[in-house]
Amino acid sequence: MVEIENLSVEYSAKNARVKALDNINLELEDRKIYTLVGPSGSGKTSLIYSIAGLLKPTKGRIFIKGKGIEEPTMETAVILQEFGLFPWKTVEQNIALGLAIRKVDPIKTKQIVNDILEKLSLKPFSRHYPAQLSGGQKQRVAIGRALAVSPSLLLMDEPFSSLDSLTRENMQREVISLWRQNPIAILMVTHSIEEAAFLGQKIIVLSKSPGRILDVITNGGWGLRQGAAYCNTVNLIRNMLMEHIR
Amino acid sequence: MNSSKNCIFTVIFIAIIWWGLSKLNWPVIPAPCTAVKTFVSLLRSAMLIHMATSLYRILTAIFFAFCIGVPFGLLLGMEQKVDDYFSFIILLLYPIPKIVFLPVLLMLLGLGELPRIMLISTIIFFHMVITSRDAAKNLPPGSVDSIKSLGGKKCDIYIHVVIPACMPQIFTSLRISLGTALSVLFFTETFATTRGIGYFIMDAWTRADYNELFAGILGISLIGLLLFFVLDVFEKNVCKWKYVG
Repeated sequence: MVEIENLSVEYSAKNARVKALDNINLELEDRKIYTLVGPSGSGKTSLIYSIAGLLKPTKGRIFIKGKGIEEPTMETAVILQEFGLFPWKTVEQNIALGLAIRKVDPIKTKQIVNDILEKLSLKPFSRHYPAQLSGGQKQRVAIGRALAVSPSLLLMDEPFSSLDSLTRENMQREVISLWRQNPIAILMVTHSIEEAAFLGQKIIVLSKSPGRILDVITNGGWGLRQGAAYCNTVNLIRNMLMEHIR
Repeated sequence: MNSSKNCIFTVIFIAIIWWGLSKLNWPVIPAPCTAVKTFVSLLRSAMLIHMATSLYRILTAIFFAFCIGVPFGLLLGMEQKVDDYFSFIILLLYPIPKIVFLPVLLMLLGLGELPRIMLISTIIFFHMVITSRDAAKNLPPGSVDSIKSLGGKKCDIYIHVVIPACMPQIFTSLRISLGTALSVLFFTETFATTRGIGYFIMDAWTRADYNELFAGILGISLIGLLLFFVLDVFEKNVCKWKYVG
């Protein structure tokens, strides 16, 4: 699905070059949920932006379904931090945006939007503006907008960081339930080890800056919040990061 | 409901102050009811033509300043290279009081409508450019990336992000420009014309007809109020999202 070869990303900041990612080699399989954890500044967002085609790598290449990425493609959809919703568009218009940009037939657009509103329990809020929604509802709209364009790969950059813990847990369950209905590849950045262990079938652990891959863990505790498998995964990631930071 | 109440109280408050001043027996300040009566009686004769002429001049000037200034400002805000090139020119021209060019414009373009409209337009053009440019430079973080990630091209960025995001600031700029435009309009109508509310006020002044002078002031105030009201209605329809939540 996604192949990343020798990827390095550097930024210019205050007349200095800052290396965000260093020699990343990674393969993402289709129909799997990946979570990406690492210390602050480890280049998690840079990796998401590079795969989305929003950031040009300094070195290396990214292929999605065998095609090199130069700019955003139809295969991917991104949910950015703070939802990335447009306050001047209603829920309906936000969800339909990707379809409007891709010039999808208006009748088909209406049908897709209605399906998504139904699926995400947003029907009563279709004409509301984002300012009239709760954090969880805004997040559902962001997910809806991403799913509307039927991507093969959904990229999420700390999508639940601004939600309270209860809404956050509900949203995590909702992501798994949506994935079960429509199993696409998902790569999600998170700061929370517990979230990574609950959501990620595979967990990518990045080192501190410049980000390198420390390990890709196959998660035995996927979809669980307790039990030995879940605890093992959480401890494994925690120990790996602690050891690395030390 | 609250805003209509406030409006009524404000009008009553101004009328009381005006009435109080008129009681000081200065001939230059007539009583409010006398001025209103004069205004209503003049509506049947010349006042409507003067008001319509002024309204035409101000609306045309705002239209041109808006149509050229806003897109140009948004372009400067979004395209760094264009901004680098033009920002110095704007910085240089903005502080020059354009109003001093009225005699030059009258001589170059004749005594018709064009020099007056052009002067008002030029002055508010700079407001529009600067406000739109600054608004475009301060778009909500991530909004452009959101559009790009959905496959949006440059025109999608303008249609779905830049224009709607900047509309509230553009309306603020229009409101500020309106006040400036009314002042400049008054000035431009005091030269080489026999039409317009500015001419009417100055003419009444030279004849020492203070009732007519105040009727003229009422006329220009009504034009201002009407335009502010129309702008308000437009903004509430165009920027609905600002008034929810």
